[in-house]
Amino acid sequence: MHNCKSLLLLACTFFAALSALAQSSASATSPANNGFMRSEAKINVVMVVVVTILAGLLIYLVRLDRKITKLEKGENF
Amino acid sequence: MIRKSWWKILTAVLLLYTFVAGLLIKVPHVGNLYGSIRNFFFHVPMWFGMMVLFTVSVVYAIKYLRTSAVSYDIYSKEYAKAGIVFGLLGLVTGAIWANYTWGEAWSNDPKQLLAAIALLIYAAYFILRNSVPDMDKRAKLGAVYNVFAFAMLFPTLWIIPRMVESLHPGGKGVEGNPGMGSGRDLDATMRTVFWPAVIGWTLLGVWISTLRIRFEQLKEKQSSHA
Repeated sequence: MHNCKSLLLLACTFFAALSALAQSSASATSPANNGFMRSEAKINVVMVVVVTILAGLLIYLVRLDRKITKLEKGENF
Repeated sequence: MIRKSWWKILTAVLLLYTFVAGLLIKVPHVGNLYGSIRNFFFHVPMWFGMMVLFTVSVVYAIKYLRTSAVSYDIYSKEYAKAGIVFGLLGLVTGAIWANYTWGEAWSNDPKQLLAAIALLIYAAYFILRNSVPDMDKRAKLGAVYNVFAFAMLFPTLWIIPRMVESLHPGGKGVEGNPGMGSGRDLDATMRTVFWPAVIGWTLLGVWISTLRIRFEQLKEKQSSHA
């Protein structure tokens, strides 16, 4: 339960931070700027992709951790 | 400690920070690296992580030799396993990076060769273990070999690379650092992402090791009950 809340808080913080990034780039008026994901240097897309992968891996680890904890406590699988 | 969650949350936060800041901060212009210099936050921590994991492994190996407590052997071998995974990832990501900057994935560069040798020595640790059917002998022999394998990290990763010329950063002529260059490689902005990345990746290796340890201990308990 405690882990659930922390993970949720983390996710919210991350997305909040992401929108802050979007604000700073939107203030530029160059023609190559079409928002966060469509700006010319597609590094933002790369970032979202790798962060998605990271999130997937972390969720896997958390679930595995909980499964093992359950086993250790002798609860049903 | 291995069941506590605070350091696991820290791992997630540090890695998230690494992935976001690592890709978005301004990086210096170094040679022909361009944006690939950002690999610094991923490739290099693999090696730092490996070194920490192998160090933890040898500490538990020595603890096992002193006490013959089976749990120490489990700790030792699982940390060594994670260390090998990190080392392999470091080697492969290095080869990928080299392919586009040095011209080829493998140049028989001294650091590449020596790192591969160090990993092969650790791979032999597991082959040795699995060749011994008796569990106590396996653990004892394994622990002794672990110490030898760790000792071999000294010449292969830290001594010879300082002394020879190499395509890889560091080495002869660059303040004798075995793997990292000076100046712009350790650019101040990059440092703000690099060190948290090292901690985050290392903690991830520790987390994975502890999960495997807990699993192995559960198996051990079940087989001794049966």
